[in-house]
Amino acid sequence: MTTPIETRGEGATATATGREDSAGSGRTVRRLDQHIVEIVSDSGEGAQTCGKIFGTVSARMGNGVWTVEIIPAEIEPPARSPAGASGNRIRLGSSRVTNWGDYTNLVIAFNEQVLVARHRAGALAPDATILLEDMWEEHDDEAIRAEWAVAMEELSDTGYRIIRVPMEAECLEVVDDPRKGKNMFALGMMASVYGRDRELLENAIARRFAKKDDEITRRNIELLDRGMSWAEENLDFGYEIPPTPDETDKVVMNGNQAIALGAIAAGFELASMYPITPASSVSHYLGEIFQDYGGILHQAEDEIAAAGVAIGASFAGRTAFTITSGPGLALKTEFLGLAIMTETPLVVVDVQRGGPSTGLPTRVEQSDLLAAIFGQPGDAPHVVIAPATIEECFHVMVMARRIAETFRAVVIVLSDANLATGVQPFPRPVPRLDWQGSPPDQGAVPEGTRPYEWDSRTGLSRRLVPGQENGQFTATGLAHDEESHVAYDPQINQRSSRARSRKLAVLQSTLTPPEIYGDDSGDLLLVGWGSTKGAIEEAVDRARAEGLSVSSTHLTFLSPLPPGLGQIFGRFGRVMTIEINYSDEPDDPFITEENRRRGQLAWLLRAQTLVDVDCWTRVMAEPLRPGRILQVIRERLAVKGGAA
Amino acid sequence: MNDVATCSLLRVSVEEDRIFEMGDYEGPVARWCPGCGDHSVLAASQRLLREEQLAPEQTVFVSGIGCSGRFPHHLGTYGFHGIHGRALPLATGMKLHRPDLNVFAVMGDGDCASIGAGHWIHAIRYNTDMVAFMLDNHIYGLTKKQTSPTTPQGYRTNTQPHGSFLPSLNPLTATLGVTNASFVAQTAEWVPQHLQATLRAAFRHRGFAFVRILQRCPHYTLSMFIDAVRDPDRVELLVHEDGIRVDGLEKIYQHVRPHDPSDLDFARRLAEEDSDPERPIRLGVFFRDPSRAVYDQIRRVPARSAEEKVQTLNRELDRHAI
Repeated sequence: MTTPIETRGEGATATATGREDSAGSGRTVRRLDQHIVEIVSDSGEGAQTCGKIFGTVSARMGNGVWTVEIIPAEIEPPARSPAGASGNRIRLGSSRVTNWGDYTNLVIAFNEQVLVARHRAGALAPDATILLEDMWEEHDDEAIRAEWAVAMEELSDTGYRIIRVPMEAECLEVVDDPRKGKNMFALGMMASVYGRDRELLENAIARRFAKKDDEITRRNIELLDRGMSWAEENLDFGYEIPPTPDETDKVVMNGNQAIALGAIAAGFELASMYPITPASSVSHYLGEIFQDYGGILHQAEDEIAAAGVAIGASFAGRTAFTITSGPGLALKTEFLGLAIMTETPLVVVDVQRGGPSTGLPTRVEQSDLLAAIFGQPGDAPHVVIAPATIEECFHVMVMARRIAETFRAVVIVLSDANLATGVQPFPRPVPRLDWQGSPPDQGAVPEGTRPYEWDSRTGLSRRLVPGQENGQFTATGLAHDEESHVAYDPQINQRSSRARSRKLAVLQSTLTPPEIYGDDSGDLLLVGWGSTKGAIEEAVDRARAEGLSVSSTHLTFLSPLPPGLGQIFGRFGRVMTIEINYSDEPDDPFITEENRRRGQLAWLLRAQTLVDVDCWTRVMAEPLRPGRILQVIRERLAVKGGAA
Repeated sequence: MNDVATCSLLRVSVEEDRIFEMGDYEGPVARWCPGCGDHSVLAASQRLLREEQLAPEQTVFVSGIGCSGRFPHHLGTYGFHGIHGRALPLATGMKLHRPDLNVFAVMGDGDCASIGAGHWIHAIRYNTDMVAFMLDNHIYGLTKKQTSPTTPQGYRTNTQPHGSFLPSLNPLTATLGVTNASFVAQTAEWVPQHLQATLRAAFRHRGFAFVRILQRCPHYTLSMFIDAVRDPDRVELLVHEDGIRVDGLEKIYQHVRPHDPSDLDFARRLAEEDSDPERPIRLGVFFRDPSRAVYDQIRRVPARSAEEKVQTLNRELDRHAI
């Protein structure tokens, strides 16, 4: 995808240990349409602040941006340890960037241990360029010098071009404590390498440190300038990622922030939760601002109570929502059954992480799909939808509340850790008054109004809310008739089950078939859901550029599934899902066509369409890379004798 | 009402003066066993609602699972018959979102003190303004005679046929031990005047009013309370001008102990002594402190119009603008 205009044999001339001190006069600037840069340090050294400012300024300049945090597993890991690698990874593009891309091209590392961590994680491109703080090589502490040597040995076999940078020494010219400011020096280097606008950077720094005194801002800008001029004098390369001019208003945030703001835009007034990674940051944001919208964020004593409080609030007024992740969803199961049985509107946000059990709390996975749809004992029809982008995280909340209220339904929203922590600019949503919905009707209803007046065709019924005179009834999780009276009558149970189930069919009748990305027929169709959309579509673009006949489609509705899937699948030679969950490899020992456990969406689609839907899935504790999906496309089409 | 409500509401009519009769609070006839204590508590609740003239549509009874779970079905108010042990989270959500509603939670002993024990402890601490009944017949009735946390040690049940293994849990000491507890009372279904007075005091308390109601299960624990029912000397009344005093009751129940419900230390001692099966059963208000923090009042926020919300949201989105 990258199209170097000028090259000077980067990578080829790279040495793992060779110092590059060439003067800036011979600087070569390559024009590229995308590039991935990361800044990585011990936690607490400000790499994340640096990355965020860089990302924001780049977005403001008109570049596509996708930022992910590099998060250590512990709150305060030991300094200079691979486990402590912390920072930001930013993918820059000429046009809109929809996913995190493949491998990092440029690394700014504050010590060799965090660099080794990123190397071992397989995160770096084989020819990556690395700007590495070199103070450790001649450190007073013998142990540190030894660690440096071992790390350099480990990295010597690679094709990386490692450039040593005296970051700390340079910072000491400006500040006494280089730990407070090295990130700004690094920002300056990145600004020089990518030709970032200095005024925008200065404004962003001023905003970031607005709460501190002016002296701090001034010193940070001085460090920025020092980093810029150091890079100009000492680096022989630079990158130009030409921005695409775009006048539309944009906002930049992560998926959890988008969910929080979307919930407000949707008119929610009560959210309840129990702390769980990676969902909690939705509540952190709501905790800050929700009261300004008449909203209450309730931190419950446990996951079960969080669901109960939301259902109690929904029963008595506006639809409420609860926020959780996999283990919490499991605990809420019985309460979800109650909400479904009593037809109490409820929205549940599940920010998926790796599982089962405690699994990988900070890492992305899409393994909750079947649990979300089928997790409740008994027949418990409800809605499951999945936002595919950070922008959709905002808008999905409006849709979820509307569906929950219209259909007296439980709606589970499946986000994931990739969306939760990814940061991306997107068109600024324009909140609408009607999204807020009307306050609960407190008007009297005619005497004899029944709480479950199921329409014989649609299964829908009008919801009665406490405060409405003549509407009094007792909601119950027991089988019940139209008056909500407990009923063991077999006819009533058949009728009420039908009503609850029919609602899904009615919802499905309002949906349109999913759009096809690429041609609407061909050799191969990829089907995805959730946060993988950007990576899948980029892989399709790249494969089509190679002449391969591949398209993709992405499902927002998982329960009910959208209409038209069977017809769409019929127009392609092969259909396969791409998912971040576990599936057996067909060639593995003991695995047969009969016993093969497939990707969760594949399982669902096979059951629903009777099409032989294949899958390719991985649970590598990270988002999928478009390059890897491209490889899968090539392999599958080659098997079939395709173009590759 | 909107000025106190967290939830913005669409009220279309001005409330005229209405007078409520017993019939307004009655639902379908209860089908508990004859002699079940639940009947007495239901009747006392209906009398309370009439005495306080609570609008049936402004009142919600929330229950869990067990014989007590059916309680809301027999009332003319709104009700939510939830799942086992989880009445309190449902009730908390209702009151938090709709502070204008009168909320009652009805639980059994297994419901409250076993499967729902976590919620119980935290509901006491939240001190949300509601009344919580623990209908304590010392046994699982609906599932047919299994040991509950309050089953006396040695009592034979279907799950512990050689006698319940452990000393029973004392709900009074448990409740009084929780930070921010604000109202703890004990009464008995076979002393209807006392039951009535206790429910009234509980309803009028601002905060989480926990009432343990001792009651007989005619099938499984009739013998357990037989002495106390037959012999008034097996009962001791806690009396105080800030507690419960029922005219004439002291003529029947002559063991009377003055107890100032604001005295938490003494309340805990009295409650601890109540664990001793040899002592008379104590009925009355053990503790009451109306000054404790009330969760739904602390959390109350002014309702905002849709226009205000959209305006504020636009400002917030601008903070993320690039």
